[in-house]
Amino acid sequence: MQLDTIVSAVKAACESRTPLRIRGAGSKDFYGGLLAGEVLDVSGHCGIVAYEPTELYITAKGGTPLAEVEATLAEKGQMLAFEPPHFAGATVGGCVAAGLSGPRRQQAGAVRDFVLGVKLVDGTGQMLSFGGQVMKNVAGYDVSRLIAGSLGTLGVIAEVTLKVLPRPVAETTLVFACDATEAIRRLNDWGGQPLPISASFWHDGQLWLRLSGARAAVEAATSKLGGNSTVNPEKHWNSIREQTHPAFAASPLWRLALPSTAPCPELDGLRAIEWGGALRWYAGEVDGDHQAVRVAAASLGGHAVLYRAPESLRCLDGAFAELPPALLALHRRLKKAFDPQGILNPGRLYAEF
Amino acid sequence: MSSPDPAFSTDLAALAARLRLFLPPHCLLLGEEDLRPYECDGLTAYRELPLAVCLPETEAQVIDILRTCHSLGVPVVARGAGTGLSGGAMPHAQGVVLSLARFNKILRVDRAARLAVVQPGVRNLAVSEAAAPYGLYYAPDPSSQIACTLGGNVAENSGGVHCLKYGLTVHNVLRIRVVSIEGEAFEIGSEAPDAAGYDLLALLIGSEGMLGVVTEVTVKLVPKPELAQVVMASFADVAKAGDAVAAIIAAGIIPAGLEMMDKAATAAVEPFVKAGYDMNAEAILLCESDGTPEEVAEEIARVTEVLNAAGANEIRVSQSEAERLRFWAGRKAAFPAVGRITPDYYCMDGTIPRKRLAEMLSSIAAMETKYGLRCANVFHAGDGNLHPLIMYDASQPGDWERAEAFGAEILELSVALGGSITGEHGVGIEKINQMCVQYATPEIEAFHRVKAAFDETGLLNPGKAVPSLHRCAEYGRMHVHHGDVKFPELERF
Ligand SMILES: Cc1cc2nc3c(=O)[nH]c(=O)nc-3n(C[C@H](O)[C@H](O)[C@H](O)COP(=O)(O)OP(=O)(O)OC[C@H]3O[C@@H](n4cnc5c(N)ncnc54)[C@H](O)[C@@H]3O)c2cc1C
Ligand SMILES: Cc1cc2nc3c(=O)[nH]c(=O)nc-3n(C[C@H](O)[C@H](O)[C@H](O)COP(=O)(O)OP(=O)(O)OC[C@H]3O[C@@H](n4cnc5c(N)ncnc54)[C@H](O)[C@@H]3O)c2cc1C
Repeated sequence: MQLDTIVSAVKAACESRTPLRIRGAGSKDFYGGLLAGEVLDVSGHCGIVAYEPTELYITAKGGTPLAEVEATLAEKGQMLAFEPPHFAGATVGGCVAAGLSGPRRQQAGAVRDFVLGVKLVDGTGQMLSFGGQVMKNVAGYDVSRLIAGSLGTLGVIAEVTLKVLPRPVAETTLVFACDATEAIRRLNDWGGQPLPISASFWHDGQLWLRLSGARAAVEAATSKLGGNSTVNPEKHWNSIREQTHPAFAASPLWRLALPSTAPCPELDGLRAIEWGGALRWYAGEVDGDHQAVRVAAASLGGHAVLYRAPESLRCLDGAFAELPPALLALHRRLKKAFDPQGILNPGRLYAEF
Repeated sequence: MSSPDPAFSTDLAALAARLRLFLPPHCLLLGEEDLRPYECDGLTAYRELPLAVCLPETEAQVIDILRTCHSLGVPVVARGAGTGLSGGAMPHAQGVVLSLARFNKILRVDRAARLAVVQPGVRNLAVSEAAAPYGLYYAPDPSSQIACTLGGNVAENSGGVHCLKYGLTVHNVLRIRVVSIEGEAFEIGSEAPDAAGYDLLALLIGSEGMLGVVTEVTVKLVPKPELAQVVMASFADVAKAGDAVAAIIAAGIIPAGLEMMDKAATAAVEPFVKAGYDMNAEAILLCESDGTPEEVAEEIARVTEVLNAAGANEIRVSQSEAERLRFWAGRKAAFPAVGRITPDYYCMDGTIPRKRLAEMLSSIAAMETKYGLRCANVFHAGDGNLHPLIMYDASQPGDWERAEAFGAEILELSVALGGSITGEHGVGIEKINQMCVQYATPEIEAFHRVKAAFDETGLLNPGKAVPSLHRCAEYGRMHVHHGDVKFPELERF
């Protein structure tokens, strides 16, 4: 698919004020606000544009399957360090737009930390290019990172450049038996020490810890920490990254981002803890009081996302935590700056824009 | 220095009267001799006297200052320590300098959560000093870290030797408190790993004081590595040194620091620091490894192997902390060392893809002849961030103009090679024309719309960071990018 097809589709939609629903592979249709508008399928705009292993970046068109990107990197022993899921068809544009990261986020950083540049089709059909392919660039406002997690509300991602990293030389996984409170305590304690921890996951009385790095460092940390080694670490972490692990089999599923040291909120249904204690997953009752979840998360200094839930529930008060008035006003003005007619994925992030 | 800005004309008496209503006398400077120290930042070639300097002590005063300036239409330039190197904190002739110097308290160090909450006037190094008793530190370490402030670091998205492995300011700040030009305070980010809505933190960091005034910063602290060791390698050929950098990365190693100095820089620093650098080398590479002792031993062995294969003449590994610091001393003192051998120098800050290093350095050598000025090169080789130091003598007529043109040519070449006009010092007033080279009209217009979303009347740091389209047209570099038009496949509209 040619870029000008996307450009003319957006231009036409802008003129007729027709809402567009940007779609990569649709693997994220469950996420965020309700889907509205005519489908703009961008999956055909695909292909790797440039890959320079020694410069540590890869540039791909928005519709490129993540699996293709990861396979290309793997050939040179490199990876997307934020570990996004790359199952059935998910695209790199959708990955950046959704802004979700996987298990290694705690050590390596989130999607936004790896975005070096984007080419966007804004809501008027204009091509814009921000950032670039170098690690350091502070010329102009950092619009590329703003795009990460914007759920397609600021522009269609035509092309994106991501920083890549070498795969660690050695990796091992340790398992400990403990309750949630103890898991949070231990994770924060370990987090303050120079240990090569690259992922953590707690579920049902078991805490899994992944160590990555130089062989000697992993071995030294293993003997220091104790714990057991699991049978198939790769399969285990993949099931967390792709959320096929039974811990995620709940609906509705709440995702709470909290300060890593926050105690367990007074909520039923704790399913899993990730990211050194900072990410907590809860199962909630369909007709339960879901404001309670939002309030609990906010009172602990974080926020809650209604991650996977029936439409009826997402309708009620949106998937994402409410913004304070000053920030909501800023969001509206930024949305207008990139999409003056409000045609791109309206309501997908917030009902207000 | 700059031409008068017709957009603003301030009634100083009215302004001062309003400010006196809530600012005690010691927080308001109006006399010329008091204003003089604020006329420039680290880029001393550009100077301007402000009408007034405010030194608030509380956030409530910051709010009142901004409200006052907003209602009177007075430009405001925030200022940290004034170590900026792009003229970002240079005052506006019709405006107020809002100094955050008195916001110098570390409010909280949370050992368990590994974070610190600090006021914007706290010096970068002071954060690591406060965290040291807990075995933690703040990773971004600009060379100016003993002086520069966290507020300035946030505004410039500052980096340092460690940012190859540990990231820039944007990767290490969790939350900021900001006051808008209308005097409204709000918080962006949180102590949780992400926040709801757009990533405004990414937008604010590196925005050069154009979108809001930062009044509080929460930073991430990381565990101090048990050990750090540095390998020093000398090369008879700059291109070989550049290739060695690529070879290290290709081997899957991300060192804690990877820095290079050329012969001119080594010649300037060796007599100054006596680090034992190889004076015959065309380039010296410093490669630091940190982590557990086991990890460091393994990495140093691999790096040494790669450097040997890349044709290094001499390789030395620091055998003690004192020796490690000595190896670094020259790189860290490169600016003052060059300052001793020339009356003035002009420090540039461009980034290029690493593989274009040799090409860039030979072009700079040709420019030395063209402009009749010497240039020493020190750079963050690991991420392709160059700091050419152009030596000149401000007392010689024409010298500064040639240095300025020399610098502009380096920046424009950086863009042509696929890089950026600034890696860490910001655009400020200095590189405002080169923004027209790096970006085309649609992006510059988008930047203006972003600015307007935060500061509709354009009172925060006017004239900096993002050029007006009019200015680009005058500079004559509109639309030209990499020597040709952007997106040639698209129709022009
Ligand atoms: C740990 C984890 C587990 C996950 N588990 C699951 C799971 O079990 N099932 C599942 O279905 N998903 C899951 N996801 C999410 C999803 O698979 C990925 O985030 C994926 O990368 C989305 O890509 P996509 O191409 O399918 O996006 P889409 O679903 O097509 O789009 C996602 C969003 O991005 C926008 N968008 C897409 N392309 C562009 C573009 N080019 N420009 C601008 N906006 C664009 C869309 O409008 C939409 O708002 C998971 C994510 C994480 C982090
Ligand atoms: C010898 C030397 C070495 C240097 N080395 C490095 C280096 O290695 N890496 C690097 O990145 N930089 C380096 N710098 C540049 C400089 O130190 C950094 O840009 C630093 O972040 C500036 O901090 P400051 O407090 O001095 O800010 P100032 O110079 O006072 O201000 C810089 C900009 O930030 C804005 N600002 C300041 N405080 C606030 C606030 N609270 N809210 C909003 N805006 C604000 C100002 O308006 C201005 O635009 C070096 C400078 C020198 C002199």
